[in-house]
Amino acid sequence: MTTNKAKTAGQEWRGAEIAGYWLLRLALVLVLVILGFIIYDILSKGIGVINWEFITAAPRKGMTEGGIFPAIVGTFYVTVITILFAVPLGVAAAIYLNEYAVQGRFTRLIRMSLRNLAGVPSIVFGLFGMAVFVKYFGLGPSLIAAGLTLGLLTIPVTVTAAEEALVTVPRAYRAGSFALGATRWQVVRTVVLPRAIPGILTGTILGLARAAGETAPILATGAAFFLPFLPDSIKSQFMALPYHLFIMSTQHHALAIVRPIAYGTALVLVVLVCLLNLAAVLLRKRYRSRVARGL
Amino acid sequence: MHSLTEKVMKVVFWVSGIAIIAFLVGILFTLLSNSIPAFSEIGIKPFFSSGLWRPGAYGEPTYSINNFIIGTFMVTIGALAFAVPLGVAAAAYLAEIASPWERELFKPVVEVLAGIPSVVLGFIGLVVLAPIIARTFGIPNGINALNGAILVGIMALPTVITLAEDAITAVPNEYRHASLALGGTRWQTIWKVTVPAAFSGIIAAAMLGMGRAIGETMTVLMVTGNMIARPSSLLDSVRTLSANIAIDIGDVVFGSIHFHALFVVGLVLFTITFIVNLLADILIHRKPEVNK
Repeated sequence: MTTNKAKTAGQEWRGAEIAGYWLLRLALVLVLVILGFIIYDILSKGIGVINWEFITAAPRKGMTEGGIFPAIVGTFYVTVITILFAVPLGVAAAIYLNEYAVQGRFTRLIRMSLRNLAGVPSIVFGLFGMAVFVKYFGLGPSLIAAGLTLGLLTIPVTVTAAEEALVTVPRAYRAGSFALGATRWQVVRTVVLPRAIPGILTGTILGLARAAGETAPILATGAAFFLPFLPDSIKSQFMALPYHLFIMSTQHHALAIVRPIAYGTALVLVVLVCLLNLAAVLLRKRYRSRVARGL
Repeated sequence: MHSLTEKVMKVVFWVSGIAIIAFLVGILFTLLSNSIPAFSEIGIKPFFSSGLWRPGAYGEPTYSINNFIIGTFMVTIGALAFAVPLGVAAAAYLAEIASPWERELFKPVVEVLAGIPSVVLGFIGLVVLAPIIARTFGIPNGINALNGAILVGIMALPTVITLAEDAITAVPNEYRHASLALGGTRWQTIWKVTVPAAFSGIIAAAMLGMGRAIGETMTVLMVTGNMIARPSSLLDSVRTLSANIAIDIGDVVFGSIHFHALFVVGLVLFTITFIVNLLADILIHRKPEVNK
């Protein structure tokens, strides 16, 4: 009798257990389905538009025909400027935090600023860029103003990645070269940095991916609706993939007609960002396994 | 020679460290200093008293951002209402139940989701989700707060999942062992021990997700309709604080009251996200003490 009761209670728990597991698993599946659906929708409707002309030609006939070449070039230029600004500064800040500074209130303040900088809304960066780079520095709406704005937004990514890379360099390496009489900068330059390069590269690629997809910060700092020619200096305005997608899906005068172009642009943008993220993930995996093997 | 390089590099790195603080302070300073002309011309109260945002109105322009604050919170709370339960459940599965290969498979999925540009999600909301919402609720179009809430929730998911998983993984194994030794099943252990023990971390995850949701611009700009009127339900068109800046920033006259009023909106947005992120930060860094 008692054993019977215990058994049913046990079975009840078993049932709840299985139901609970499936509930949690369902949550995971739902996240997968959402992502899968987004990717499938863009891929299936965008792929038909993609051809050589779409990638290499400029928009024609009021942007109802032709390609997205200027937007690809613009995004490339602006992210290069972003990286040139954000990576050296980010790496230097990470070196300060990890190699030079005495850990204490000041480094905590820097780290807290970093985390809060990462949480600043992208449109606020846009406002800041417009007020400071476009107006105050007199750069006007341009590649350089937009690149600097995106650079600020990317800095938390590059600092975090660089710090992670620096931390993986064993303490003993530094101690060894200090013992040989090397100065701090010599240690950083010849021992620490070379080993941190893959990690820094990962951060650079993640930063590129982040900057390439952002729209709000470039709205008023240099992105243009349409330009008949490619940018020829850092003071030029530019077309950009995410901004082009925004235009093609909300601002164009014939939204229904340009829908396929919008899908094609979305596909190119998603593929670009995904490839960059994938490259970063693979690179990180490789150097992490190298670190784990103690090399 | 060597000692000079040494000194110069030391200063270079120190300045780079300071620069991080300077950027955050610089952003706050820029928002504040550009807001002051608006405050002195209009005052502070009109921004927060009931009314509409009509900076271009003849004679009597008004600058109330009340409806935008309501819109922002409608979208944010709607987003969290599904992103937090879904994200925490997925995180609990990943941390406690998933086999190693499931985890290996899912990690990149979360990263891909986090990497999708917000403008792409906005596009999906416009062309896919809006017709579905319109059909489901029998309304002329699905460009409303609900659409924004669903998409922003999707955007917040990776943040919530990653941080909640970190928090659950960080719960010491002793807790689980004690629960199992007392005869608790694994489900009981997850539900009654591990997840409650990770509570402050999970709240932090939700708050960081909230920070992202409040500041999200492009997605809401594209799918919520951007009407300036006071919304009364999730099926109404709303305009958020961030979307309002994005809409006006393109053609505002430099130096006008309208221009400075936009910085007031930015300042409010910055302040809200700053507080939310700071609270999350405090919660995350309180964790070691709790575990002691």
